[in-house]
Amino acid sequence: MKPKLIEAKCCARCWHDADRPCPDLIACLGDGPICHDDETCKQKRRERIAGLRRETLTRPVIFVGMGTCGLAAGAGKTLVAVQAYLSNRKMEADVVEVGCIGLCSAEPLLDVQIPGRTRVCFQEVTEEKVDAVLDAALPGKISADGVLGQHRNDKLAPWPDVPYLDEHPFFAPQTRWVLAHCGLIDPTKIEEKIAHGGYGAFTKALGELSPEKLCDEVEQSGLRGRGGGGFPTGRKWKFALGTKSDHKYLICNADEGDPGAFMDRAVIEGDPHRLLEGIAIAAYAIGADKAYIYIRAEYPLAIERLKLAIAQARGYGLLGENILGSGFDLEVVIKQGAGAFVCGEETALIHSIEGKRGMPRPRPPFPAVRGLFDKPTIINNVETLANVPGIVQNGAEWFASVGTDTSKGTKVFALSGKVSRTGLAEVAMGTTIRQIVFDIGGGISDGKAYKAVQIGGPSGGCIPESELDIEVDYESLKTVGAIMGSGGLVVMDEDTCMVDVAKFFMDFIQRESCGKCVPCREGTRRMLEILQRITRGRRNETDMDALERFQGVMYLNRLAEVIQDTSLCGLGQTAPNPVLSTLRWFRDEYEAHIYERRCPAGVCKELLYYRIDADLCKGCGLCAKKCPADAIMGARKSPYYILPDKCIGCGTCAEVCRFGAVVVE
Amino acid sequence: MIKIEVNGKSIEAQPGEMLLSALKRAGIKVPTLCYIEGLFPSGACRMCVVEVEGQRNLVPSCAFPVAEGMKVKTHSARAVRARKTIVELLLADHPDDCLYCVRNGNCQLQELAEELGVRQRRYTGEKNVYKLDTSGLSIVRDPAKCILCGKCVRVCEEIMGVAAIDFIGRGSETRIGTAFDQGLNISSCINCGQCIMVCPTGALREQSYIKEVVNALNDPEVTVVAQHAPSVSVTLGEEFGIAPGTDVDGVMTAALRALGFDRVFDTAFSADLTIMEEASELAHRINTGGTLPMMTSCSPGWIKFVEQFYPDFIGNISSCRSPQQMMGAVIKSYYAEREGLDPKKIFSVSIMPCTAKKFEAGRTEMSRDGIPDVDAVLTTRELARFIRMRGLDIRTLDPDTADTPFGERTTAGKLFGATGGVMEAAIRTAHYLLTGKELEHLEVEAVRGLKEVKEARVKIGELEVGVAALSGLGNARRLLDEIRAGRKDLHFIEVMTCPGGCIAGGGQPLGADLSAVRARMQALYTIDHDEPVRASHNNPSVQRLYKEFLGEPLSHKSHELLHTNYAEREVVR
Repeated sequence: MKPKLIEAKCCARCWHDADRPCPDLIACLGDGPICHDDETCKQKRRERIAGLRRETLTRPVIFVGMGTCGLAAGAGKTLVAVQAYLSNRKMEADVVEVGCIGLCSAEPLLDVQIPGRTRVCFQEVTEEKVDAVLDAALPGKISADGVLGQHRNDKLAPWPDVPYLDEHPFFAPQTRWVLAHCGLIDPTKIEEKIAHGGYGAFTKALGELSPEKLCDEVEQSGLRGRGGGGFPTGRKWKFALGTKSDHKYLICNADEGDPGAFMDRAVIEGDPHRLLEGIAIAAYAIGADKAYIYIRAEYPLAIERLKLAIAQARGYGLLGENILGSGFDLEVVIKQGAGAFVCGEETALIHSIEGKRGMPRPRPPFPAVRGLFDKPTIINNVETLANVPGIVQNGAEWFASVGTDTSKGTKVFALSGKVSRTGLAEVAMGTTIRQIVFDIGGGISDGKAYKAVQIGGPSGGCIPESELDIEVDYESLKTVGAIMGSGGLVVMDEDTCMVDVAKFFMDFIQRESCGKCVPCREGTRRMLEILQRITRGRRNETDMDALERFQGVMYLNRLAEVIQDTSLCGLGQTAPNPVLSTLRWFRDEYEAHIYERRCPAGVCKELLYYRIDADLCKGCGLCAKKCPADAIMGARKSPYYILPDKCIGCGTCAEVCRFGAVVVE
Repeated sequence: MIKIEVNGKSIEAQPGEMLLSALKRAGIKVPTLCYIEGLFPSGACRMCVVEVEGQRNLVPSCAFPVAEGMKVKTHSARAVRARKTIVELLLADHPDDCLYCVRNGNCQLQELAEELGVRQRRYTGEKNVYKLDTSGLSIVRDPAKCILCGKCVRVCEEIMGVAAIDFIGRGSETRIGTAFDQGLNISSCINCGQCIMVCPTGALREQSYIKEVVNALNDPEVTVVAQHAPSVSVTLGEEFGIAPGTDVDGVMTAALRALGFDRVFDTAFSADLTIMEEASELAHRINTGGTLPMMTSCSPGWIKFVEQFYPDFIGNISSCRSPQQMMGAVIKSYYAEREGLDPKKIFSVSIMPCTAKKFEAGRTEMSRDGIPDVDAVLTTRELARFIRMRGLDIRTLDPDTADTPFGERTTAGKLFGATGGVMEAAIRTAHYLLTGKELEHLEVEAVRGLKEVKEARVKIGELEVGVAALSGLGNARRLLDEIRAGRKDLHFIEVMTCPGGCIAGGGQPLGADLSAVRARMQALYTIDHDEPVRASHNNPSVQRLYKEFLGEPLSHKSHELLHTNYAEREVVR
């Protein structure tokens, strides 16, 4: 497909053409025209840009946050209500579906911008609230009520009594680089992205920087892999750049498999062109002529957005052959993964793209030397690549000015769990976990006490209260037995049993093990069984079971060490982390389970024992009637009692007792 | 050469090689369960982990390249503990029924457990329950005993080009299975048994027919006839501790008699017969413009391979039955007639280096009037087991000779046991048939040796013939693709399913390395070198068979008894 022309040439002097693309296309679309000096043409461009940036509006615009998170909160219905509202009243307004700005807990989010005024974001606008919100907002009667905040824009008149969004406690501590445009611009329009500076970095790279210089720049910026490994991106690129081959590949890893991680999805849904631009720059830097985006099929919306973005970028000649007349060719292909956690591992991912079973292979040879179809291949995660345009545009120093000694720039976290505000937070490296959980996240929900935060998904670790002031930094996090990981942050409160958490992650890992190497396949399964045994009640235990339980406890550490030490890939090598980490910080909970046979958080059902308080029992007999095991005895009007041998610990008696007489121990 | 330090001592290594091969050369034993020489390391079993200074984790020596000055500890407490733990983990999901296992005493897992001093069930828990797959005529799969080393998968795909099995499922439910987890019988398995040869445990074994043979031997009304394939006499000895490459033909015949077989014939006789038919067929095809290149038909794995993957080449395959089936056919026709026996009362047993022969014998085309030409096929391993079962030891038996009329063979027939042998025997006879003269120099060096792809241009009189001898079906796949793409310079192609030919067949003694296979091959060449009658057309018994019964090669009778046809085969894949 030949690139089409820009849809509106300023005048006949514009020579940009499919066969002879103008290298200055992107700059021209922004501050153009470049090739000739004409005030009328300039004016045309300026007006167009102002329109695309929504600085000049002719009619109101209603934005609905339609990311997957928004849709889950009911944004789809909100959108229908908005459209019905407008058509019922025969009102003219643009309705734009945008991605997520990050504050998932306030969704559905609906923004209204009326001509001349700043854009205002309303929170929790479920379908039934649409009419009221629009009734007030469209005529310009906006108060702080139900408002999350207004977007700052110097070119537009602000609302007097409405707080600014960037002053909101959720947003104020953030440094939003990767997420800068998420939820703000229309992800389905490349023109809007270009008007916001999109593809400027790519044009700069093609025009001014050699691949070597580009790799240097990225290396100097200190950008490290955001997928979890933290390998310096520029150095990785240099390995591939330095390997001679007729073909090279760039792979964008959008497999995002960690439970509780959704950063990549949000970036792709909200700002797909940022990723594409990063991919294009990286491919140019290593000399790749084909890039694959390996994305999980469970992300249909992100895939749809990407497909559209690729088509648009091709249409503009930003992908394809002889891009902007530079002689650089790049084809971008989407490859959908079937949802295996291990396919996030580089070599397994490569096998999956090759059509083979997603199983890792030993390295070396590293993919940068011998990767996809045996060609040099660089695999970068979505967030890593999304950082690249900023570095190229603003320089390595700009990027390196934020962060710690060894970790530069920002990191996006997906904050979830028992925290007041959940969503995506992009913070400067060096921000403390405490700031993220308590300032951005607003602390623990329902007034409960903090217990831990799991960072880095199943391969990561937990951070207890005592270590909350640890900084977000690749090296610091390791000192507390955690890892940066891809960005999942799951907050847990006092009601969480850490043995249960470890069990959850072990279960996940042993299911997701590819089954290739013995320590991971067999070892994780046995570790899970050991955890299952210590959370199993005495009621259902034979002598042999007890023996096995103790044997398991004895060898748990040894097993964990061997799995770490001998597994083939990162998944296996980090598989014991959830156990080791919880064991390190919450040893007392393990001991309570093992020695006292109780679960302090009251989560492990089989370890709960029920007793009827004779003083409180009114002798109604309801508990005995409902008990599925016939374990409750007694005579009416006198206190009942539970036969411990027969009790199965289901908790029905406690649920049905109207007098609170059933005590859990 | 570079120097590395292993356990405090300096050893030499070749730049770029993997640590394991350097260790092996230096005589340092590091155990492996998934290593296959010559293939890209899979790194699955983690048994070969060693400590390398500067590396955070233990590294698998099979997949870790050597570097100058590298310091390695192969048996540090850490490495040994890791290996022991791995074996313990494997045992935790293993049936623990060694006493009932075909590989008892010959199992790598068992050996390692012993070597590492595993004395307790340290890790216990749920074990996977899997069904035995006995659906195939040749191979039995017991997934419960599988340790998922993946060697069978790699051999099947990377060497044989078949890929009938692969990993299925994830995590602890990972297992090896066929497409859609169906039985082997309807899969694309070609029954070659190379998976058995690499299996470290009892997860793969041949379908055994010892019981059927014993029953026949116990039946006084049945005449039980044995034939043994050309390669068996040079491998059977290994099962009894005799050095590889020793020909035990005489004592094997004696053992078969002692087991109760009424007649012992030599499949090399019917190999000679095959050559008469096949060389004639080749001459006929060349003279009449028939389908070329002609391809050999003696290897049943190859036949199934073509039927299911390359049906467009069925016309290229010689219509000759394999030597086993030719022998089966003449036993139940010519021999039965001559001896006045009812073919129904003959039980024909073949001793083969091959598991696919079991499948071949079961093909419907291979029986007449509901009577199979071959009733039971035993592998070399099964024969050894049978001999041991009867308390016999071939080392103490007196040699004996085979019976007439099918015990007489030429060395050409014997050459069938190694890759290139059929080609060599065929060239000798084709030369005689086409020119009327014996080939001057009988050894066709170009098709000798263990190389898996051998090509040559051979002069037969005025005619120059392009020949190729292949072994390992991955190589056949490549050549067939070339021919499909238009290659035209070949007239005759010998294909042996197993790499190296029948001497390395799927029914041969386990644990043979390359040097053992080479010795087996040399034994066949020595027989050929030492004996006087070296071309199939000079076999007096074959000549008599034609004179008394068949007439001439490609006659009507020959076609009825010695030729067959093939058909496209649908399999689940």
